[in-house]
Amino acid sequence: MRKKHKLSGIYLAVLLLVMYLPIVMVVIFSFNESKLTASFTGFSLKWYETLWHDRDIKEALFNSILLGVISCAISAVIGTLGAVGMARADYKTKGMMEYLSTVPIMIPEIILGMVFLAFFSLLNLPFGMTTLVIAHTTFCIPYIFMMVKARLVGIDRSLEEAARDLGASQIRTFFDITLPLIMPAVLSGSLLAFAMSFDDVVISIFVNGPRLNTLPVKVYTQLKTGVTPEINALCTIILAAIVLVLGISSLVQKRQERRRGELSER
Amino acid sequence: MEKKKRSGLFLTVAPLYIFTLVFVAGPLLYMIALSFATNSDGWGTLWKFTLENYKKIADPVYLKSFSQSFQLAFTSTICITLLGYPFGYFMAKQSAKWKKRIMLLIMVPFWTSSLIRMYGWIILLQAKGVFNTLLVKLGIIEEPLKILYSYPAVVIGMIYALLPFMVLSVYSSVEKMDWSLVEAARDLGASRAKAFLTITLKLTLPGLLTGVILSFVPSMGLFFIADILGGNKIVLVGSVIQDQLTRGSNWPFAAALAVVLMVLTSIMIYLYRKITHVKDLEGFF
Amino acid sequence: MNDIRHLQETPADSAVADAGKETLLELKGISKSFGTTDVLKDIDLSIERGEFITFLGASGCGKTTTLRIIAGLEMPDKGQVILEGRDVTMLEPHQRDVNTVFQNYALFPHMNVEANIGYGLRIRKVPKNEIREKVKKMLDLVQLSGYEKRMPSELSGGQKQRVAIARSLINSPKLLLLDEPLGALDLKLRRAMQTELKRLQKKLGITFLYITHDQEEAINMSDRIVVMRDGQFEQIGTPDEIYNRPKTSYVADFVGNANIISGVVEHIGEELTDIRVNNCLITAGTADGLKKGGRAVVAVRRENIKVCRECKKGLPAVITDKSFNAGQLHMAFKLEDGREVVASHYGIDTDLTVDQKVCVGWEPQHAVFVDLEDTQEA
Repeated sequence: MRKKHKLSGIYLAVLLLVMYLPIVMVVIFSFNESKLTASFTGFSLKWYETLWHDRDIKEALFNSILLGVISCAISAVIGTLGAVGMARADYKTKGMMEYLSTVPIMIPEIILGMVFLAFFSLLNLPFGMTTLVIAHTTFCIPYIFMMVKARLVGIDRSLEEAARDLGASQIRTFFDITLPLIMPAVLSGSLLAFAMSFDDVVISIFVNGPRLNTLPVKVYTQLKTGVTPEINALCTIILAAIVLVLGISSLVQKRQERRRGELSER
Repeated sequence: MEKKKRSGLFLTVAPLYIFTLVFVAGPLLYMIALSFATNSDGWGTLWKFTLENYKKIADPVYLKSFSQSFQLAFTSTICITLLGYPFGYFMAKQSAKWKKRIMLLIMVPFWTSSLIRMYGWIILLQAKGVFNTLLVKLGIIEEPLKILYSYPAVVIGMIYALLPFMVLSVYSSVEKMDWSLVEAARDLGASRAKAFLTITLKLTLPGLLTGVILSFVPSMGLFFIADILGGNKIVLVGSVIQDQLTRGSNWPFAAALAVVLMVLTSIMIYLYRKITHVKDLEGFF
Repeated sequence: MNDIRHLQETPADSAVADAGKETLLELKGISKSFGTTDVLKDIDLSIERGEFITFLGASGCGKTTTLRIIAGLEMPDKGQVILEGRDVTMLEPHQRDVNTVFQNYALFPHMNVEANIGYGLRIRKVPKNEIREKVKKMLDLVQLSGYEKRMPSELSGGQKQRVAIARSLINSPKLLLLDEPLGALDLKLRRAMQTELKRLQKKLGITFLYITHDQEEAINMSDRIVVMRDGQFEQIGTPDEIYNRPKTSYVADFVGNANIISGVVEHIGEELTDIRVNNCLITAGTADGLKKGGRAVVAVRRENIKVCRECKKGLPAVITDKSFNAGQLHMAFKLEDGREVVASHYGIDTDLTVDQKVCVGWEPQHAVFVDLEDTQEA
């Protein structure tokens, strides 16, 4: 039994290691002196310096973050409200709408990209941030909608009834009871949606327009034409930022748990 | 009163309804319409009904792109299943502390750019890259292997990009499982393997199939992986559509290709729902 | 608005028919159906201020629906809910001076005990320090002082129950609705909470409308019991009336676990009535509405069944089962026509064995006529 446990642990470790191998490569070569990635010729921070002076990449990064935040915010509102409303009422169109709203993540991205390119041209919308936000919002909504919907199933309806019974209006009930309870789902859905938006190449490439680059689009063009190691440097920085955020959030969580533990001891 | 309540509720779903109708249903219908339109020789589309676009797909060049896409998607999905199911299964059997840690380790790469991670594979696999240098130095091979810009490289890229989806869906459906059922089966005389096949696998099937859908469907469209890691050797439907939209500027034909692709993937999802009897992608959400 | 108080006569069938009492709540012709099932069928009831009234019935009889209609969580298809003379049928739950204690407590999991109890007052924009004071008093009242900062997940079932009750009571509702509040507690705790609830109700003078399927709970706590069946009221009365003078065989069976025996009226005397059952004569008291040659149904509670070996006056029967449980001997008998009679006595009677032929009987005053209006058999 113990031996089997060990074997499964080894399997997990090996696969995770392989998962991180390319990331480790990227991090290592971000400190490489040479432009070539064939061998490590010496430690250098020059790619970080070039990155600092590269306005194009910084702009692309800024665009990507902005795009992710706006799309996520809009999707969070639309998706959450939609999930709450659908869970509470029985519309004849409910099933169809639910299916339709999740179509964007059920079909290959390329279709969505092409469809938006054609549709926005039809509407004569100028390609740029607006078109990007619309396109990203369509595929961000399903993540949040489905997460919130799953969470709502686990919430006792009588909690909302109790609040209404104690004198809260429907709107007050939503903000006092429902929203705090589904917040974890809204947050994790939004995080997932942001990750998807931040990483999207296929759809962005069709709707970004000639003058606006998101980070993935920028990296894609570089990969096709020739990569400079500053991309490695950028990836390393992003990775460091994520690890930092995760570290802080787990610290905060631990402290909260400790405080709660002290309370219940009293 | 009831009416007022209902209209209040409708306000909450209205944004979703409107957004979905305008920006999901609208574009999709437009695409279908476009696929029956005629491509003008110059720039633009003539609104004259034709089936030419669909007939054109029968051309061996394009049929080949479909078959290549499906082949690649099948190969990748099988590899992802074989690698991902045990991963999700073992992960769910770890202690709570380790579960959390492994989950975090899976999620972190999600947040970095997948393109840059693909680039990491290029660094690893290129002719004079780390992998080949290591093998040559160890004396396992004499000449560097040409892995990059080949079919296996594309499969590796696909697996790498989509494995987390499989792992997470299997994990959450194994998590939900009632282990006493397996114990009961063992108690009733089933061998370890038999208990796994008849109980565990059956009960985690929805999660497994969700993982299959979540890897199969995107792999039909992730043309950039084939682009970056496969050179120009593998032409997928995605690449053809992109090509028709940009260089060829034959939008109706691109639309027809997209419609066919969508129908094929929809059939997959329909079959998935028929088999598992679940509406949502269970396990993942 | 609240000062308008209607003095009204209570319906004649009410045990506390007393013109001096105030009516707090009135249900008038309430009907409700879900889909094709009629859950409530034209219900009328009036509840006095300060009384402890219990709705007793098996699950699915419509008692919870009635409560939800009073709370405003459900709209009736027909009829009116009148609270202190004011029609509140169409008002939202938060517009009524009625609070509910939910079956599963429904404590807000993301708020601590203090925030849970103070929720209603916060909604009414009561100043913070006043809320804190009132919550403290309320916690004293339910004997949970010092638990302010606990989260619901850190409470036991009984404690959760107390918090839920405190959360409702702090709003000093005109009427407190309790939907099987003790259902999830174990027997010992349930007994303790019964006493506690009764104490609270007396101390605060708030009208309680209590829902349960447990006859013991209903009899222990209530001033009045409403027995419900299939969306209608079967009988309304004091615990004594319901237990000792059931009007229908359903009530006799559900509340008193009584044996229901039917026969034909043979002779109506001054004080005694002879009834023929299976060619044997049994005696009971008298009642209005009996007709010679007509059908009569009597209910005899288990503890009043007497067993004798020789058959003089009584029904011949065969013992089919005998078991000892909780200090009582339970015996089941089969009558000649196949119907079952059950008896319970204290002590162990070793003389009687299964398959033995005996006679079952009872004192005439222990046989209560039920189902007088209709001739249907139980």
